[in-house]
Amino acid sequence: MEDAISLFVRAIFVENLALAFFLGMCTFLAVSKSIETAIGLGVAVVVVMVVTVPVNNLLYQYFLNQGALAWAGLPAVDMSFLGLISYIGVIAALVQVLEMVLDRYFPALYNALGIFLPLITVNCAILGASLFMVERSYDFGESVVFGLGGGIGWALAIIALAGIREKLKYSDVPEGLQGLGITFITVGLMSMGFMAFSGIQL
Amino acid sequence: MDSSPKKVLLDPLVDNNPVTLQVLGICSALAVTTNVLNSLIMSAALTVVCIFSNGAVSAIRRHIPGSIRIIVQMTIIASLVIVVDQLLKAFAFEASRTLSVFIGLIITNCIVLGRAEAFASKNPVGLSMLDGLGNGLGYSLVLIIVGAVRELFGSGSLLGYVVLNPEQDGGWYVTNGMLLLPPSAFFIIGLMIWGLRTWKRDQVEPEEFQIHQIHRQEVL
Repeated sequence: MEDAISLFVRAIFVENLALAFFLGMCTFLAVSKSIETAIGLGVAVVVVMVVTVPVNNLLYQYFLNQGALAWAGLPAVDMSFLGLISYIGVIAALVQVLEMVLDRYFPALYNALGIFLPLITVNCAILGASLFMVERSYDFGESVVFGLGGGIGWALAIIALAGIREKLKYSDVPEGLQGLGITFITVGLMSMGFMAFSGIQL
Repeated sequence: MDSSPKKVLLDPLVDNNPVTLQVLGICSALAVTTNVLNSLIMSAALTVVCIFSNGAVSAIRRHIPGSIRIIVQMTIIASLVIVVDQLLKAFAFEASRTLSVFIGLIITNCIVLGRAEAFASKNPVGLSMLDGLGNGLGYSLVLIIVGAVRELFGSGSLLGYVVLNPEQDGGWYVTNGMLLLPPSAFFIIGLMIWGLRTWKRDQVEPEEFQIHQIHRQEVL
């Protein structure tokens, strides 16, 4: 239990996917104009990540890893080169399901997220979380915790950025720097702030 | 949309750059640009993937049902990335070891899917491949500039050749370690956007909130 809490906190703060590993930046910058949209997207990312990381974990353990097919009588088969395409397949399928559910039950959120819902598929944070899970060889329980923590960390970062940007629009920014330019510099400062967590050992 | 081949090819370089204007493909632009060599390999890999994925998606665009199009596009892109990854492992093993994670993350590079979705699914094959080339080059341009700035000022060299002799080797240049850390890439790209928009004024985003105008309306 202690391990799980430590992993959870580490995934949110110390190894924040957005601000320490710079994953999922495209949506991070583009959908952070208002807090409401940011919360919607943050929740979507948490949901997708909590489901995909454990599913990919099972896929890796029972199909792709070297010797994983031993249960089917094929202990010598190594399918790990198919890793990338399998993980992205799982993610794409889940995002499509989420898109249909949102379209049917939450049309307001569906319209608000617009083009960026399909782009959750290409949110590096989600594929990145699956790749980190494989690289660090988490077991099933750990991958659930890591998916949840990573998702919450990403959501936290985008909501914080949206909060800053909502205030920022009242400030007098030089002309060429408005919009994207000042956002980059804000995120740079935020990520320097989050670097302060990087030495913490739990 | 004007779709003459020259415009399709050259537009993404400056006028409609995927990184600085369309906000696509930024993750890898931040992570791999600590030196010029990595930027070059990454740019080449992405450009190749982008050209062929655009071509393939465009070739079968009339046969993909709308509701599963993303999965089809992702499968095409993922297969291409696996090919590039295996090629790099076979012929440039050192480079593939330093870049390995990020070659995998080309799959999730929004430029590739963004262009497949926005352009290739509506346009003929030749034009789509040109669009892929143009966007790949636009991305490469940003990556190489950022990589050059970070390598030159962060470690005093370019492509591994010493340009500014660093202090720890008995030279005069005190290296700026900050530029080797990821936050610096944000600042460099932010400043690049500033420069670009000062040059191309039509790319300036309108102010979201105009204090003076609203105040004036209230007073009147």
